Amino acid sequence: MTLTLILEQIFNGLQAGVTLFLVAAGLTLILGIMDFVFLAHGAQVMIGAYAAAAITQATGNFFIGLGLAIPITFASGYLLELLIIRHLYRRDHMEQVLATFGLILFFNEAIRVGFGPAALYSDLPPALSGFVEILPETPYPAYRLGVISIGLICALAIHLFVSKTRIGAMVRAGANNPEMTAALGINIKILFRLIFATGACLAGVAGMMLGPLTSVQPGMGEPLLILSLVVIIIGGIGSVRGAFIAAIIVGLVDTLGRVFLPSILRLFFEQATADGAGPALASMLVYILMAVVLIFRPTGLFPAKG
Amino acid sequence: MRKLVTICALTAVLTAMPAIADTVKIGYMTTLSGGAGIIGKQMQNAVNLAMQHKGGKLGGMDAEIIYADDQRKPDIAKQLANRLLKSDRVDIVAGVIWSNLLMAIHKPVTRAGNLLISSNAGPSPIAGDQCHENFFSMSWQNDQTPEAMGKHMQDAGIKSVYLMAPNYQAGKDMLAGVKRYYKGNVVGEVYTKLGQSDFQAELSALRAVKPETTMIFQPGGMGINFVKQWKQAGMDQVSKLYTVFSVDGVSLPALKDSALGILGTQTWSPDLDNPINKKFVADYKAQFGGYPSFYAAQAYDTILAIDYAITKSGSKDTAKMRAALASGNIPTTRGNLKMNTNHFPIQNIYLRETVKDADGVVTTKVIGTVFNNHADSYAVNCKF
Repeated sequence: MTLTLILEQIFNGLQAGVTLFLVAAGLTLILGIMDFVFLAHGAQVMIGAYAAAAITQATGNFFIGLGLAIPITFASGYLLELLIIRHLYRRDHMEQVLATFGLILFFNEAIRVGFGPAALYSDLPPALSGFVEILPETPYPAYRLGVISIGLICALAIHLFVSKTRIGAMVRAGANNPEMTAALGINIKILFRLIFATGACLAGVAGMMLGPLTSVQPGMGEPLLILSLVVIIIGGIGSVRGAFIAAIIVGLVDTLGRVFLPSILRLFFEQATADGAGPALASMLVYILMAVVLIFRPTGLFPAKG
Repeated sequence: MRKLVTICALTAVLTAMPAIADTVKIGYMTTLSGGAGIIGKQMQNAVNLAMQHKGGKLGGMDAEIIYADDQRKPDIAKQLANRLLKSDRVDIVAGVIWSNLLMAIHKPVTRAGNLLISSNAGPSPIAGDQCHENFFSMSWQNDQTPEAMGKHMQDAGIKSVYLMAPNYQAGKDMLAGVKRYYKGNVVGEVYTKLGQSDFQAELSALRAVKPETTMIFQPGGMGINFVKQWKQAGMDQVSKLYTVFSVDGVSLPALKDSALGILGTQTWSPDLDNPINKKFVADYKAQFGGYPSFYAAQAYDTILAIDYAITKSGSKDTAKMRAALASGNIPTTRGNLKMNTNHFPIQNIYLRETVKDADGVVTTKVIGTVFNNHADSYAVNCKF
């Protein structure tokens, strides 16, 4: 277990974390500000990945794929809110769960009808398929460094947007007290629609970046959805800053736990016990973390509402 | 009035009787929805192709296939098996991709006196002490393919191997199969999360160990993820990658060139040189665009086996078909299959490499035979 290996794993954790953040950022706004339980957020990841992969394949250029997929995911989020979601705001949470769960099934099946059940081919853009030496003799994939940078840029942009702009102030006001915000003459309906579309777009960006790394197939976003729910619970529902910090923590804990936990357990237990318990415990680690956070900070690390 | 309806229904049933007697009904269970839906789709294509090749008749009898989508859930599989047996009154239940689903329907089907023919799953209990005479496998016993991988690595004199599989029963079985024949140095044995999509952390750890070879079992989407990331991380310079059930006709269209050169073992390959296989692969490609996977080949073989059983026994009676199949010599895409005492095939296992065909399409090619007529190691425990 050398220092370079630990550093490399920290980079891996960081990359997992920022991807998670992009999914969780939209979700925390939708849950926290709009008070809407939205389970189909994983579908937005899938739509982003499919749009980017399909356009990349048609045009042969990864960056055109990325450039066109971003407005597509924004538009899909906008339309989804306009056609379906806005009718559900007044319903209780259980009905929202039911309806948005139905949307998951709908989107997965729609993708299957449109693109077939097989995974779509998508690969790294040649320009980013090289390696960067993060330390001497430690090559790290350039694309993954790119993912980390884009994730961090997005995080910074969201932070500046929320804390420095007028619309950001409305968003924060909406998070604290939606009725009062509406009473002050802010069109909360349009605000919600834009938040929703932006959230969908961010999840879509996560999907686009994941496309070349993982298999682009129906239902690919669901595992991310579960983890991002963990993230927003740890971070505090409605808090973008909380989502960022929690996403990085979850990314690091999951990655480092998976790799190092079995060898750490081997120090204390017999080989067979450690090998059996290691992987099982590692996959539970983020949920244990969530439980611990909930015990000491029931509203999460950075709750949006005071 | 009710009496009249009953009489009418009865007459309908009675007049339909002779037709039923000449029709063999097959319940074909596979996964058509969810992430694994592509596998079931390929199997369904292959079954339809086999029926087409046989002109809709099996052994001269009219044949009807009833598809059942198990959704990859054991409870659903069990319900479907009951429905197929009791309400559809099928003669044979076939298909089944997953070992845990096969375990769930094994007893209900075999004890009802119907034949159960697996097109894929081959869990060890069914090959060993829980075997049943009404069960036949048209695929393999789970351990056989990784055993061949272990044998190949042993024969090639490989010094060190790093093993990786998802953390569930089949993953553990596969690695146990490798270790049964590979006696060299296992420098790492890592169990990943089932359904894991990012393996970068595991690859970083692997890079630090620098094993001569890496052997993985990552079926379905996990295989696509793993192989992509392996190439992207430049792991080819660090270690040589061997696979079982991870690089196949289902994952290759998504992997394309990134899978080139990867070795794996398998009982079947699209380039196996026999007339049945050539016809199957050519017609499959023509009809469905793209190479069939081993799942499809085994599904095709399942229908061929049923055709053979009825032709040879001249009946769709379970005992007679059973005797015909047990005697072996079943014509399939893998040549004429012999049957072991536990009704699992005794067959060759090949070493395959991922290559480009003449049209530039990525596929697998046989580059060697690891086992000739390999029998599974559980048959000794099987007493009917």
